[in-house]
Amino acid sequence: MSETQLIFQLSHPGRSATSQAPKALSDDKLSAIPAHLRRKEKPGLPEVSEMQVVRHYTNLSSKNFAIDKQFYPLGSCTMKYNPRGANRAAMLPGFLNRHPLAPESHSQGFLSCMFELQNFLKEVTGMKGVSLAPMAGAQGEFAGVAMIRAYHDARGDDGRTEILIPNAAHGTNPATAVMCGYKVREVPVGPDGDVDLEALKAACGPQTAGLMMTNPSTCGVFERQIEDIAKAVHEAGGLLYYDGANLNAILGKVRPGDMGFDVIHMNLHKTFATPHGGGGPGAGPVGVSERLLPYLPTPMAGQRDDGSYHWIDTDTLSTSIGHLSAFMGNAGVLLRAYFYARSLGREGMIRVGEFSTLAANYLLKRLEAVGCTAAYPDRRASHEFILTFAKEAKELGVTAMDIAKRLLDYNQHAPTTYFPLLVPECFLIEPTETESKEALDEFVDAMAAILEEARNEPDMVKEAPFTQPVRRLDDVKAARELDLAWSE
Amino acid sequence: MPYIPHTPDDVRAMLDAIGADSIEDLFDEIPAHLKAAGKLDALPEGLSEMEVTRLMSERAAQDAGAVSFIGAGAYQHHIPAAVWEIATRGEFYTAYTPYQAEASQGTLQVIYEFQTLMTRLTGMDVSNASVYDGASGLAEAVLMSLRANRKSKSRKVLVPTALNPRYTSATQAIVENQDVALERVGFDPASGQTPLDVLKPYEGEDFAALVISQPNYFGSLEEVDALTDWAHANKMLVIGVVNPTSLALLTPPGEWGTEGADIVVGEGQPLGVPLSSGGPYFGFMCCKQKHVRQMPGRIIGRTVDMEGKQGFTLTLQAREQHIRRSKATSNICTNQGLAMTAATIYTSLLGPDGLGNVAAHCHANTQALADKLTAINGVERAFTAPTFHEVVLTLPKPADQVLAALAEKDVLGGVSLAKDYGMANAILVNATEVHSEGDLDLFAAALKEVLA
Repeated sequence: MSETQLIFQLSHPGRSATSQAPKALSDDKLSAIPAHLRRKEKPGLPEVSEMQVVRHYTNLSSKNFAIDKQFYPLGSCTMKYNPRGANRAAMLPGFLNRHPLAPESHSQGFLSCMFELQNFLKEVTGMKGVSLAPMAGAQGEFAGVAMIRAYHDARGDDGRTEILIPNAAHGTNPATAVMCGYKVREVPVGPDGDVDLEALKAACGPQTAGLMMTNPSTCGVFERQIEDIAKAVHEAGGLLYYDGANLNAILGKVRPGDMGFDVIHMNLHKTFATPHGGGGPGAGPVGVSERLLPYLPTPMAGQRDDGSYHWIDTDTLSTSIGHLSAFMGNAGVLLRAYFYARSLGREGMIRVGEFSTLAANYLLKRLEAVGCTAAYPDRRASHEFILTFAKEAKELGVTAMDIAKRLLDYNQHAPTTYFPLLVPECFLIEPTETESKEALDEFVDAMAAILEEARNEPDMVKEAPFTQPVRRLDDVKAARELDLAWSE
Repeated sequence: MPYIPHTPDDVRAMLDAIGADSIEDLFDEIPAHLKAAGKLDALPEGLSEMEVTRLMSERAAQDAGAVSFIGAGAYQHHIPAAVWEIATRGEFYTAYTPYQAEASQGTLQVIYEFQTLMTRLTGMDVSNASVYDGASGLAEAVLMSLRANRKSKSRKVLVPTALNPRYTSATQAIVENQDVALERVGFDPASGQTPLDVLKPYEGEDFAALVISQPNYFGSLEEVDALTDWAHANKMLVIGVVNPTSLALLTPPGEWGTEGADIVVGEGQPLGVPLSSGGPYFGFMCCKQKHVRQMPGRIIGRTVDMEGKQGFTLTLQAREQHIRRSKATSNICTNQGLAMTAATIYTSLLGPDGLGNVAAHCHANTQALADKLTAINGVERAFTAPTFHEVVLTLPKPADQVLAALAEKDVLGGVSLAKDYGMANAILVNATEVHSEGDLDLFAAALKEVLA
């Protein structure tokens, strides 16, 4: 595939997409703006035709892997099918054109969807209240830990300075704890993938504000001692935070609220099938138990006795941790999640956990059968599982990264690599419930072929990929000779 | 089964390969008494695409039909059809963060082009790949200024009262747990600007940064050169908060004062992103080259592959949470990819002249609207400063009451300043290029009736 020029390289002075801009106005229309506040030269934006723009970005799109094109088994990312109907519904003119500050009289349709979505999320998580405000998983985490802090602060319990985090956790967990003013204490995970309970108990104390964990964990297994963990943290006076990264595994099967969690965030761009969009936008609603209800971020949708809907904001919920965005978060993502929830309904919701788990366990067994090494061979996979290529790295010099790159040549997106950090040379693989058995089998065939190649032609595998728009990139040059914006 | 492809034969074959009798067996590590079976009774039955579409179409229609003059941080603009037709192509819509750079060159090049566009609009050296929205972007900028200002040990930042109050409250909520204080500085009640006078008491004091909003919440244009030079003279960094449409006409923050702003953030929504009840939008974030290692968020760099061919990749990842964990610049791990993609397409379609014309029409239409409304008895401009595309008007009656009466006529007549500023009779109104002369007349006629 040829190098695509930058849109700036297509630019010709004086060319424009003429039907897109309003006509030029005479400069006297701008006389109210003082000359010293005016820009001296017009900005260096591309001057191109409408068709050039359409062709350029259409061509660029073809250089992406995407769920719509390939199997995309990124672990902990839940790359399931994103229903097109959800996109169309969220782009209905009445939703698209609604200003975030439109009065409630002109917002009943939108508010009703948000109110119902809050209730659906409460039901599937077993929590007492839900706010849709956080704009991403990481912001949901922030909201969750900020609520834990607000809870302790409100009780004058200010000696709690630490958040406990299993060492297998996502990097966002410790980064979030620090943003909320806490210190991080890591808790080790044992050889079977469960938290080291004795180490956790020893770490709990009057300084413990809470524990952040994912269940099923980032090791791809269900944390079997969750009730003991909850008990240990609660007895120390701390609260339990559930990172919803892996909620897809248990949707409809077991609820975080029933496991003893006080606060959770959900990634609707994972579990509720809203698109990942090349890196966002997502949505990270938070759910809480009874004692954290006063601290939920605003605004939220409420319903009056007469059935009409209204906003709940800081003027009536003064204990709230407040607003996390200018308005109400990623409303358009929430509408897509609402569509998905209505389309699945109760039965569909239960099937998500069942079939994502079926797919993962099937894929794991098949991959083991063709010579892959499971990190936790004695455990059930949740909706995802870990393979380790430590043996291949040592004996053949072929690393997890090499195998990942070679998968691209087989038209398979690589799984998550080198995460969690505690398993060497690992893949974290999450197939999701929307992939057919044939798609899973094709991935197994590709992996079998690559392992064969690794044994026979390791140098070739180490140079992969060969079929993509570019070969392996020079990341060192990218960081040393920073080129972050084009100049002619 | 919606979106699940497995036939009963598939399921049987898969269970056989696993060596399990039933799907339920796969959950045998979960304590039985925790299982949720039967607990999801509050969920309704599933619906077909046709049924959900009908339901949501009815709801969307309920909210449609009014003519709106609300701005206050989110603005109506014409969005070329091509923008979202392309942004929602499956290849952009259903890809994820470009971890595998070789298989993500489309997304990566779009981000690099976006970064370039933002540096050109703002006059800054570098841009990141976007953050959640303008308000949370300001919170990130405040935290960044504490790290970047080597001359200051302060954890305090000066924030004008004339900044969008929603930005102030979101920033407060995000930074307060890190012992960061926002010191509010007032505005001139006559001009609606933040004059040097209100900053005098802080001269010689240690603050990490001064926030400058151009235009400010009232639509008023600030004397950005003087403010910037004052901040730098007092060893503070300057955080510019700007509207991207306005930058086609106004001095870019990189050229404010002698040295220019240090960090620039803003709401990207005006660049091709629909109002959509407040999101998803995107925040843009730019800075001087020397501060780039303190910038949060994804950053894309141009490099070469092993054959010397141009390629794009995530760079400076040592700032980020997946590498640095508790020492990261922020917990943010994504950008607002789709909205940013739309903005890149939008800005390319408009070009420098097109965006300039949009900005000019916004300004001219708002001037015309203000003229029509102030022709009504008792309606006056609240402030004397020049404005871009929003203006504060005082009314002879309480604003909340007037806005409610206008809404009954399907005219959404702006935002009340009663709650946020104690200006009981003041409204903030906006017009853009989408408003026709007829729309402006409709507003004027409705307001006249309501005030009569």
